[in-house]
Amino acid sequence: MLCVLSLAAWPSPAQAPAYRAPRTADGKPELSGIWQALNTADWDLEGHAAAAGPVPSLGAVFAKPPGPGVVEGDEIPYLPAMAAKKKENQTNWLKLDPEVKCYLPGVPRATYLPYPFQIVQSQNNILISYEYAGAVRVINMGARTKAPADSWMGWSNGHWEGETLVVDVTSQMEDTWFDRSGNFHSDAVHVVERYTPRSADTLNYEATIEDPKVFSRPWKITMPLYRHVEKNARLLEYKCPEFAEELLYGPLRKKPSN
Amino acid sequence: MRRSFASATALAAMIAVLLIAQAPAAGQAAPPSTKSVPAKAAPAAKPWTLPRTPDGKPDLQGIWSTATVTPLERPKGLGAKEFYSDEEFAKLSTRIRQGDVGEEAELGAARENALRYDISLYGGFDITKARFASNKRTSLIVGPEGVVPPMLPEAKQRNAERAAKNKGHEFDSYENRPLSERCILMAQEMIPMLPAAGEGNLLQIVQGPGYVAFLHEIDHSTRVIPTDGRPHIPQNIREWQGDSVGHWEGSTLVIDTTNFSARSAFRGSGEKLHLVERFTRTADDAVTYQFTAEDPTTWAKPWTAEIPMTKTQGPVYEWACHEGNTMISTILHGARVQEEEAAKKETK
Repeated sequence: MLCVLSLAAWPSPAQAPAYRAPRTADGKPELSGIWQALNTADWDLEGHAAAAGPVPSLGAVFAKPPGPGVVEGDEIPYLPAMAAKKKENQTNWLKLDPEVKCYLPGVPRATYLPYPFQIVQSQNNILISYEYAGAVRVINMGARTKAPADSWMGWSNGHWEGETLVVDVTSQMEDTWFDRSGNFHSDAVHVVERYTPRSADTLNYEATIEDPKVFSRPWKITMPLYRHVEKNARLLEYKCPEFAEELLYGPLRKKPSN
Repeated sequence: MRRSFASATALAAMIAVLLIAQAPAAGQAAPPSTKSVPAKAAPAAKPWTLPRTPDGKPDLQGIWSTATVTPLERPKGLGAKEFYSDEEFAKLSTRIRQGDVGEEAELGAARENALRYDISLYGGFDITKARFASNKRTSLIVGPEGVVPPMLPEAKQRNAERAAKNKGHEFDSYENRPLSERCILMAQEMIPMLPAAGEGNLLQIVQGPGYVAFLHEIDHSTRVIPTDGRPHIPQNIREWQGDSVGHWEGSTLVIDTTNFSARSAFRGSGEKLHLVERFTRTADDAVTYQFTAEDPTTWAKPWTAEIPMTKTQGPVYEWACHEGNTMISTILHGARVQEEEAAKKETK
């Protein structure tokens, strides 16, 4: 009995919360705001110990912080051949990770990059503006539409299931990753996100990832998202192409003539 | 599809950039799109009521196009004439659609003599659908002068120094390349918005409680503007697109933008650039966009332009510029090869 009670009392972000969010003028749960994940998922979706960073001169400033992981069941179910590719990605992280080059992050990575994002909620569309790379997507809340082309941020159709905003994301290019540890997907990836208010200033975020070319079964990540409650909270400009230029084009600079 | 879309966008960026380089005064160039929907005549009987969002604000939402061939500055021959008469406007529209274009129209990338690339790949520019601004203005800039005020000597000097610094070094490094080529700031994502004849004019507006979001198709450039009366961010934070705060004045959304980076340089402006933009919905398929630009370090006085926006069909595509940008490396690589070859010749 004691055991059951303590389990029930244990806060699990995966449980359907009883919280009822304030409503928009048209009666939907209000998700507007500036949100951010507060975890190390962008370093590695799976649980990981602290480790030295990739650039010794950066010391502890850019070391890898530890984290318990956000994957349900702890492990990402790679097909055997694909697990090898993940390892290879991880080994060549700085060379291959699209985040290093300031490329658009795709979904769900955009959600848990270490930058805030803002939800602008309207009736027919919900726009999400991400600080990182000025990434953006518009979730269509009307009749389902088909992507006109594959894209970095994919094509998002949303609907409400009670308190939850459910977003179906298709047509993502294979070029984005899930994290800095080389976790990846193919162009067959299909993501279903669920945003559920769990208190005035937190959302529960879930993403189910399905990609038969890479994984043996669908798998799920779960995490809370926290509202920026600072009075002066704003998304500021983070146009990062200019921070990746030296890396990408520096070797092509004119050599000083002697 | 996967790669081709990315490279198509990069190619589009390249074309836009090269054309802008060829026609600096125009500052507006890109292959055209065929997405524009001509304005429909409103039904005569019913008086129009301003649509509002559920929280009672004027509803500006939708996908809009600023595409027009009306030039920013008034053609010299027109003097102080601000508007065409209905008859003149009809004649002019017929003339341009027959391909007879004088100073009265700014075609940007669609100008025949500007074409070096096959923009038919992107649908071409259909001159039979070319539109002058529906307000029948002779120039987008309003007022009797109809031109950007003369540039102050200090601004001329500032811009000349900047240009001189880059002269002869255009291909040394990425830093020497134009911002649009580097996918940092494309002409049509810059604010204030200046239209081009063809592509690059799509703007999607989404309104949430307390915020209005503007998504430019070009370079997925997004501004989320608070309308709760808060002040600007601290002056020491300078941004490519500045800091925008808004408020409602009757049925008009007024946006005030400061904190520009000196590197943004809108038509040679400095970091003192101050913009006031006004969006007013005037019909189901029309919003009037007006901006006033002032910069006491650049122009003798503020100047104002007015641009009609027309509702169009989507979709707004993802315009991923940086991701498909092979141009910078191609240009720099080319320059290094040329230098190597020149050096070889010298040693022979």
